[in-house]
Amino acid sequence: MAMLSFERKYRVRGGTLVGGDLFDFWVGPFYVGFFGVTTFLFATLGTALILLGAALGPTWNPLRISIAPPDLSYGLGLAPMMEGGLWQVITVCALGAFVSWALRQVEIARKLGMGLHIPFAFSFAVFAYVTLVVIRPILLGAWGHGFPYGILSHLDWVSNIGYQFLHFHYNPAHMIAITFFFTTCMALAMHGSIILSASNPPKGEKVKGSEHENTFFRDIVGYSIGTLGIHRLGVFLAISAAFWSAMCIVLSGPFWTRGWPEWWNWWLQFPYSFVG
Amino acid sequence: MSIFKQKGPTPVLVSYAVWILLGVGLLHVVLFWAMNHTTSVQAGYRGTGMQTITATNKPAPAPLPAVVAPVEAGKDLAKDVYLNVQVLGNLKTEEFNRLMEQITAWVSPKEGCFYCHSDQGLDVDQPYTKVVSRRMIEMTQFINANWTSHTQPSGVTCYTCHRGKPVPANIWYTEPANTTVGLGNDAGQNKPSIGLTAMQRDVFTPFLMNANQIRVEGVTSLPKKGTVGKGPTLQSTEATYSLMVHISKALGVNCTHCHNTQSTADWSLSTPQRVTAWHGLNMIRAINTEYLAPLASVMPAKRLDGSALLGPTGDAPKANCATCHNGENKPVQGVSLVETFPELKGPVAAPGKTAAK
Repeated sequence: MAMLSFERKYRVRGGTLVGGDLFDFWVGPFYVGFFGVTTFLFATLGTALILLGAALGPTWNPLRISIAPPDLSYGLGLAPMMEGGLWQVITVCALGAFVSWALRQVEIARKLGMGLHIPFAFSFAVFAYVTLVVIRPILLGAWGHGFPYGILSHLDWVSNIGYQFLHFHYNPAHMIAITFFFTTCMALAMHGSIILSASNPPKGEKVKGSEHENTFFRDIVGYSIGTLGIHRLGVFLAISAAFWSAMCIVLSGPFWTRGWPEWWNWWLQFPYSFVG
Repeated sequence: MSIFKQKGPTPVLVSYAVWILLGVGLLHVVLFWAMNHTTSVQAGYRGTGMQTITATNKPAPAPLPAVVAPVEAGKDLAKDVYLNVQVLGNLKTEEFNRLMEQITAWVSPKEGCFYCHSDQGLDVDQPYTKVVSRRMIEMTQFINANWTSHTQPSGVTCYTCHRGKPVPANIWYTEPANTTVGLGNDAGQNKPSIGLTAMQRDVFTPFLMNANQIRVEGVTSLPKKGTVGKGPTLQSTEATYSLMVHISKALGVNCTHCHNTQSTADWSLSTPQRVTAWHGLNMIRAINTEYLAPLASVMPAKRLDGSALLGPTGDAPKANCATCHNGENKPVQGVSLVETFPELKGPVAAPGKTAAK
C-alpha cells in the first residue's frame, strides 16, 4: 500500500508495552501491535455475538435489535446465554476491545515520542462506559442494572432510569456534564470556524496567522486563549463532560435513591434564603 | 529492590502497575462503602429500566394499633338502644361499641372519646368533630362499596388516613388566587413545592377537586397539522408533571411504577398500576367534592387546640394521594384492616333487608 511522503519517519521500531517485536509491524496503513491483535479479536467476537443475538431475537430491524442484560434476580452471577448471558459476554468483549484500543494508543504514542494525551483522553470515554456496565451494576448488586445494547432500547433505558429520580435535570452532576458537553460544542465551533476562516481567505488575500486569530477573538469576546491553549481547553472540556456523565449516573441509585429535586434541600438550609 | 535503585526512568510496566493498583484500591473502597445500601425491584422486561431502587436503611413502618377483640353480638340494634345513631343504627349494640372503641384507637388514642363526643351526652351533635366523623364513616363505606377498583383487596378504614392522629398528616387547602404583581408574583410556582421542584404548588385544586385535563402528552411523534400552538400550554404540562411528582412521592415509587417513559401517554406500554391510579384519581375527586369540601359548612375556623382548621380561602381540609398512602405503595403495608370491621364495607342494611347500593 502506498505510503505518504512524511509517513516513513513515523514507522519506527519499539515502544511496545507487551510482545516486544513480535507484533511490531504494520498491515497497510495500520499499526498492529499486541493490542491491535486483542482489539481485533474482542471486537470481532463481540460483533459476531451481537449478530447471533439478533439472529436468535425477534427482529432484524436495526433500530429494534436489542441485547438485554439479565434479570435483576441473577444478581452478580452469570445468566443463561439467551437470558442475558449474551449481554455479559458482549460486555466483556467491549471492555477488552476498548481497553486494548487505549493501550494501542499508548504504544503508538511511545513509538512517536509523544505524551500520553490521546489515551488519557480516550480513557475517560472508556471510564464512562465501565461506570455504566460494571461499576454501577456492582454497586447496585446486579448486572441487570447495565443498559441494553440496542439503538432504541438503550434510549428507553436512559429515559426510564432518568424518571426513576422523578426529574433528572435536577441531578447536579448531570447539570455539570451537560454544561461541559455544550461548552465543548461551543469551543469546537469557535475554534473550527476561526481555523476555517483563517485558512480560507478571500481570493487575492493571504492565509491568516495566529495573531490575526487572536485579534479576532479579542475583538469579539474580549479574550483569546491562543493556539495552544484552545487545545488544552478542548481536552479539559471534553474529558470533563465524560467524567461528569459517569458521575451523574453512578450517583443515581448507589448514592441517591430519591427524586433528584429533593437533593437541593441543602439550598433551603441557608440563612436568608431568598427562595424559601 | 532493583526497581528502586536503578538509574534512569522507572520501567513503564512498573509505573502502570502502580497506577492500576491505586485505581483498584480506590474502586475497592468505593464498592465496600456503597454496596448493600439499596434494594432493587424489577417491574418490566430486563434491560428496560422499569424498576425501583430504594434505600435499605428506611425507617420501619409504625406498628399497627391492636384490633379490638370480636364480640358476641346480641339482638339489640344500636338505633333502638342509643339516641341519634344515623349511620350505624343497624349494627348490634355490641358491634357498635366495638367499632367506637376501635375508632378511638385509630383516630384519637390520646384525646379519647371526647374528641368527638360532648360531655352533655354522647348523642349530642357537638363538638363539630362529631358531625365530621359521622360523615367520615359514610365516606369510608362509600369508598369500600364503590371504589373497589382502586382500593381492592385491602379496602380502607379510618386508620388508612388517620394513623392514630385526629388530623391526617397529609391534607391540602386551595391556595388563594395570585394577586401579586411585579417581582413578588411567583405565579403559584418558582418556590420549593411538591418534591422540592419549583413547579406549581397547588395542583390539587385543578386536578383532585376539579376534573381538569391531566393528559397533556401528544400521542404522535410530531404535531398534527393545524394543531401547533393550540395544544396544552407549557404551564399545564408542568402542572401535570408536578401532580405526577406528588403521586410518586405519596406512593414512594417512581414514574416507572405506572409508565414506560418511552411514551407516558401510551396505555399499551403502561403497567397495570396505571389503571389503578386512574381509578384513584377519580375516587379522590369524588371524595373531595362529595364528602370533604362540603364539610366547610360545619367546621369552625379553628380547631379545639387553636390551630387553623379552614384554609386561607375558607375551604375544608381535603385529601390527596399522600393522605391515604403516606409514602407507601400499598397503604398500611397492604394490611386489610377492613376485614376486621365488615360494617365499614358499606351501609349496614336493616335486618331482613339486603344492603342498599
